[in-house]
Amino acid sequence: MEAEAQLKGLMLAARAGDAAAYRSLLRQVGAHLRAYYGRRLGRGAADAEDLVQETLIALHTKSATYDASQPFTPWLHAVARYKLIDYLRRQRRTQMTLLEDADDLTAHADHEAATARRDIETLLTRLPKRAQTLVRDTKIEGLSTAEAASRAGMSESAVKVAVHRALRALSSMLAGDTKP
Amino acid sequence: MRTDALIEQLAASRPLGSSPRATLVAAIAAGLLASAVIMLAWLGVRPDLGRAALTFPFWMKLFYALAIALIALGWTIRLARPTGALRSSAAMIAVPLALIALLAAFELARLPSSGSTAMWLGHSSNVCTERIVVLSLPILAAALIGLRRLAPTHLVSAGALAGLLAGAAGTLVYALHCDESSAPFVALWYTLGILLVGALGGVSGRLLLRW
Repeated sequence: MEAEAQLKGLMLAARAGDAAAYRSLLRQVGAHLRAYYGRRLGRGAADAEDLVQETLIALHTKSATYDASQPFTPWLHAVARYKLIDYLRRQRRTQMTLLEDADDLTAHADHEAATARRDIETLLTRLPKRAQTLVRDTKIEGLSTAEAASRAGMSESAVKVAVHRALRALSSMLAGDTKP
Repeated sequence: MRTDALIEQLAASRPLGSSPRATLVAAIAAGLLASAVIMLAWLGVRPDLGRAALTFPFWMKLFYALAIALIALGWTIRLARPTGALRSSAAMIAVPLALIALLAAFELARLPSSGSTAMWLGHSSNVCTERIVVLSLPILAAALIGLRRLAPTHLVSAGALAGLLAGAAGTLVYALHCDESSAPFVALWYTLGILLVGALGGVSGRLLLRW
């Protein structure tokens, strides 16, 4: 599996003293852990981020228990799973049975920026087509009002009004949208 | 603290820790030393040690305890990793016991029935097991301290195997004092001591090995 080869390479380099590799490893592992815990604890739980940090610290202090002659992702998965079960035990939520394998951990990576972008895109699609285009052009692509106006075949002031209304609609969507 | 800041802090040093094998071997060695000192101060080495070292029973006891200790050490090292778990192959730890039970049966078969009670009880059965347990305690403590630096995910198994290891190692120390020589005695009372320490280790594992 792609993730296995890359993560193992980074881990071995980190052990040899390569700080950049270690930083990269921790970031990638952090992204995987965020997705892994997020799915199991519910997105938006502050606890998920605490658990990510706890697990990264555990990776750091218990790293010598990883046997370099073995695959890396099962070791990582075992650590992540142990930390999750321990957290659930502390929260007394012990009814969950975790049936899974190492792929569950590395199949998804939660990068915060990507998630935010995805959320914005979802909301944008609720706007009328022309409003979507205008918001994307001016706010995401970074075009000036004049450029967006000529693209859309509208006057600049019409563009300004349309964008203003669209942004108001978006913010009320965000305010009223309490789903995780 | 934000996770990015944590990552910067962690990446400033290498990933930590010493290997399970190194940690546990060092721990057991320290425990054995402590146990040996206690044995010398408390019980003393058997006065006929030189002569006993030429007899079969002496080496039988030593090899029995050593075999269990080595197998238990291998499993404790495995169980110290997050990916480690007991498998059916762990049952091989019963092989030394099976062998000594066979030897015991053989010895008993050679006797008239009136002599067998002496074989089972020896003259120190009421203290032998408890002495093995006492001498195993420093070794169990050392093994548990070692395991706390490692990452077992099956806490009871890890503790139990560490307990069997400590029990067998304590038996090795005790064998320098004990002058019992019958296989039935060893098969029963020594094994009981080792199993008790194993049970103690299992209970301690659940309580003490979380990380």
